[in-house]
Amino acid sequence: MIAVTLRALFCLLVAWPLLAASGQAVADDLEALVAGLGSNSFAEKARAIDAIAASGDPRAAAILEALVDGDLQTRRDDDRMVIAEAKGRTYVLRDPLSGAEIGEAGRAELRPIIINNRLRGQLRGAIGGLTLLSPDPGRRASAADAVFVTRDPELLPVLDKALARESEGWVRDRLERAAAATRLAAAEDPAARIAAARTLAHYADQDVRSLLTASSQSEQDADAREAIAAALGQVETRLALWGVLANVFQGISLGSVLLLAAVGLAITFGVMGVINMAHGEMVMLGAYTTFVIQQLVLAYAPDWLNWSVLIAIPAAFVVAGGIGILIEQSIIRFLYGRPLETLLATWGLSLILQQTVRTIFGPSNREVISPSWMSGAIEISGGLTLTYNRIWIIVFSLIVFTLLIVLMRRSGFGLRIRAVTQNRRMAGAMGIRTGRVDAMTFGLGSGIAGIAGVALSQIDNVSPNLGQGYIIDSFMVVVFGGVGNLMGTLVGAFSLGLVNKFLEPYSGAVLGKIFVLVAIILFIQKRPQGIFAPKGRAAET
Amino acid sequence: MGAFASRPRLSGLPAAITLALIAAVGIGVPLLNLLVPPGSALHVPTYMVSLLGKYLCYGLLALSVDLIWGYCGILSLGHGAFFALGGYAMGMHLMRQIGDRGVYGNAELPDFMVFLNWKELPWYWHGFDSFAFTVVMVMAVPGLLAFLFGWFAFRSRVTGVYLSIISQALTFALMLAFFRNDMGFGGNNGLTDFKDILGFNLQADGTRIGLFVASAIALALGYVLCRFIVTSRLGKVLVAVRDAESRTRFLGYRVEYYKLCVFVVSAIMAGVAGALYVPQVGIINPSEFAPANSIEIVIWVAVGGRGTLHGAILGALLVNYAKSYLTGAIPEVWLFALGALFIAVTLFLPKGVVGAVASGLRGRRAGPAITGGPGGAGERTSEAPAE
Amino acid sequence: MSTPVHARPEARDTLLYLNGVSVSFDGFKALNSLSFYVVVGEMRAIIGPNGAGKTTMMDVVTGKTRPDSGDVVFNGGTDLTELDEARIANLGIGRKFQKPTVFDGHTVYANLELALAGGRGVFASLFFRSTPAQRARIDAVLETIALAGARDRLAGSLSHGQRQWLEIGMLLAQDPQLLLVDEPVAGMTDSETEQTAVLLKEINKSHTVVVVEHDMTFVRSLDCPVTVLHEGRVLAEGTLADVQRNKQVVEVYLGR
Repeated sequence: MIAVTLRALFCLLVAWPLLAASGQAVADDLEALVAGLGSNSFAEKARAIDAIAASGDPRAAAILEALVDGDLQTRRDDDRMVIAEAKGRTYVLRDPLSGAEIGEAGRAELRPIIINNRLRGQLRGAIGGLTLLSPDPGRRASAADAVFVTRDPELLPVLDKALARESEGWVRDRLERAAAATRLAAAEDPAARIAAARTLAHYADQDVRSLLTASSQSEQDADAREAIAAALGQVETRLALWGVLANVFQGISLGSVLLLAAVGLAITFGVMGVINMAHGEMVMLGAYTTFVIQQLVLAYAPDWLNWSVLIAIPAAFVVAGGIGILIEQSIIRFLYGRPLETLLATWGLSLILQQTVRTIFGPSNREVISPSWMSGAIEISGGLTLTYNRIWIIVFSLIVFTLLIVLMRRSGFGLRIRAVTQNRRMAGAMGIRTGRVDAMTFGLGSGIAGIAGVALSQIDNVSPNLGQGYIIDSFMVVVFGGVGNLMGTLVGAFSLGLVNKFLEPYSGAVLGKIFVLVAIILFIQKRPQGIFAPKGRAAET
Repeated sequence: MGAFASRPRLSGLPAAITLALIAAVGIGVPLLNLLVPPGSALHVPTYMVSLLGKYLCYGLLALSVDLIWGYCGILSLGHGAFFALGGYAMGMHLMRQIGDRGVYGNAELPDFMVFLNWKELPWYWHGFDSFAFTVVMVMAVPGLLAFLFGWFAFRSRVTGVYLSIISQALTFALMLAFFRNDMGFGGNNGLTDFKDILGFNLQADGTRIGLFVASAIALALGYVLCRFIVTSRLGKVLVAVRDAESRTRFLGYRVEYYKLCVFVVSAIMAGVAGALYVPQVGIINPSEFAPANSIEIVIWVAVGGRGTLHGAILGALLVNYAKSYLTGAIPEVWLFALGALFIAVTLFLPKGVVGAVASGLRGRRAGPAITGGPGGAGERTSEAPAE
Repeated sequence: MSTPVHARPEARDTLLYLNGVSVSFDGFKALNSLSFYVVVGEMRAIIGPNGAGKTTMMDVVTGKTRPDSGDVVFNGGTDLTELDEARIANLGIGRKFQKPTVFDGHTVYANLELALAGGRGVFASLFFRSTPAQRARIDAVLETIALAGARDRLAGSLSHGQRQWLEIGMLLAQDPQLLLVDEPVAGMTDSETEQTAVLLKEINKSHTVVVVEHDMTFVRSLDCPVTVLHEGRVLAEGTLADVQRNKQVVEVYLGR
């Protein structure tokens, strides 16, 4: 209690010039103070900033923000302070106090007010102090974060005041963090610093960690050092936990990409046994379809741009599926039962498809715009950021997978596919047109690859080589999961995604990938049939 | 297509012709370069000697793939890795030969290591100063990798497309690894700027002719070795494995040992081809490990005619000549042509050029050759819809 | 729990002895504590409906499938369950597949030459030269399987029946103590079937033979003891006439 009082006293002393100034300054002096910002001396500007901040005037925050953003300028004609907002080539001028529009001016007619880094820091703190009491909780929170950065002890009284009347829990959290950080940096009393360290121990972010790390080195008092070290330990544990969660998310995200790329292959290779080395090119065609649809929408219905991705999904399915059927009819059906030849022929096909796309669209990357609902991110905590496009792709991959499972297990088409793959002759005898089912099945697998291309266009470069990057991984997923087993593909994709991401921090992305490849090579040799190995006669060739 | 291999009475002629042709090229090209004056239509310019030397290395590489694929049914899509490893071994020797003539003038370290601020030579670079050691490594490194890979793969009976895919993954993983600077093989740029070999300047005409002749000799030796293997009972067992692996096993043959043995021999041949290739082209970099390169080797063999040794060499020469010509004349067409080649050969020329010519020569009297579509393609997967 | 049909016989004249062999695939019991034995010089026919475990039994004996439990003893002492196919083949067990499997890319002669005993090592095979005695043996086998006229033809160009015989011929050249023959007459014409029966009986003069077959006419013409398998175990044993009178067997074959 005494400590708090003492600290308050101290703050009062430190802030004395400020408070004194505020005592003198009355609201109508604000204009004079603003004029003071135009001074040539940084010291004078600093004083003016303090005075404006201390004035308690509701307009103060806006003025200081304009200053820090570089919008507060001086009109050369009359040395009048204005807030200049760019509008085309000219600037709209407003009065900093009333906010009223007072005309326009060119760049040459204005003189910016120069601030240095010290002033910038001071400004941020001052704005922080002013906005700490803002009625908007979002502003209060960001103000608290600003104080956390500057750790200006003069703002402690304002912080305490803000804390006392804060009703929103999450804003309160941020305010406490800022207050504790400030006290840890500035409090004279070791007990206060210990208390601050204990408060900070409840947070899990990099900033708190680096603050604690820095303080633990500069701290003189043994008890306080111990408390800081303990807090640091807690923060690090929590950060590590968040790190694991971040890895899980990244791994699931990578897994969903692998799943999308591999699930089509799970049909053509897994179910039909056709080695389609041009599978990656089906994905690539899907991505280019997305690009073409986007260009069409841009040209004819720009308002729909946000939804062009959704239009691209069926389009990519039709394009890739159609080309798949064409390939099956013209090449693959002549090579059934000769997997190695199929492999070579489809590889040749992949070269042709790549070169065709390269000829039409050029060799460079094409830009596919992400719709607004897919951009941005949710920030959870501890540096864990979930980007919307990744979340959507995870959701999308699961939807595609589920639909496929339903199609294969519940529909008549799925029944025919299974009948043909299990016993072709019998299926033929039952009146199933097996050749047609082959073509449709291959078309289905290719079409799904096309859909994968739509999703991948959102996170990867759309170039003729897009598919090449996925083909080996896709085969690994299908083989790892167990050929002919769709659930295996799901498990295979996500486990490979997770393993990859968990290896990355230790070995780097490239080495991690190499490890995974080598591990799968060894795994396949141990269990050639994958995780979900069929047994018995079905397993034998 | 195993017809030629298993019919002793047909075996002599192609072998004699092939060896005579290799000898004719190996002797004729240097003579045309050295003795015919540059103005003459018969003169072979030095750049052409190096280009042909490169083709001969490809011929040896194609032989190595044919030995395992054409005869034993093992479709390796990672054979470029063995070629590249042999090439890197030779490249390391050539880097050591540069000595202090590099950009940084550092006698101890190759330029790229100086650039990366390395202080001393990594342990695995030691010994490459010696040519003899390098020759051993050129064969030992690919051979050892093939042994390890084959040991695991063949013992666990990974066959057919599975083997193809994991061999492709192997070369892909190696490519990623060699792209890394900290592997100590020059990263992206690989090894280049070589000066001389055994004291001879690599730019000199004489050295180039020497390397060309060495490639021709290596190809001839490789051919004789393969010939010796495929005409022996070992070769017959290989074809047996290709046609009916489990039958071979139930006859009491340790199939995995046969495969392992021939796979290692093949990898060593590929390594030697790579080692001869590098001084002639003057560079080795990680793109040699690219999966596409390995598949391209397979198509050389398929075009020429797998299961016939001369076919493999012929295919390598034909496809690479077409590649040199097309990438020079109309570069954008080359990939279309290569792609079409893959499709056309598998659909219409399953026995390659040599097979097509041979069946044309035999005409009607041979009657239907082999019944059943799958031919000698190796394993058939149960999942594949039957015809 | 089944009681074994036979107690263990004298080791001296037993060539193959299966004791309580079980194999299951994904919960399906292909062999369910199967026990039976074959004595030296015997010809035995094994019959049973689809899924009775006939082929699985052969897989176990030849090392293709490892049993979950039980022993397979060969020649009075060797436990086959620990060995691989090549080892078992070299111990003297030959197997003919259900689907004729020969080396299509080789001539008939080369097929038989490959089957000849000896020279199984990689390096031995590199320097292998056939002896006059071996060549004479191949000629003899060619006569036996009636393919002397086709010795230089590619195996891939043979008819279905000829391929079956070539495969049997390869077993002869291999000269094993025990021949396991899986459905040798499937897809054969009647006359081919008859010839095959004669061939097998001829072979049986110097080899022990176990035949798995569906074709009852063929089994009758073999005129040998019959073992009936059902659901992975022995249902009945005896002459063909005996087992055809057996109530259980009739039930199993004609449905419940």
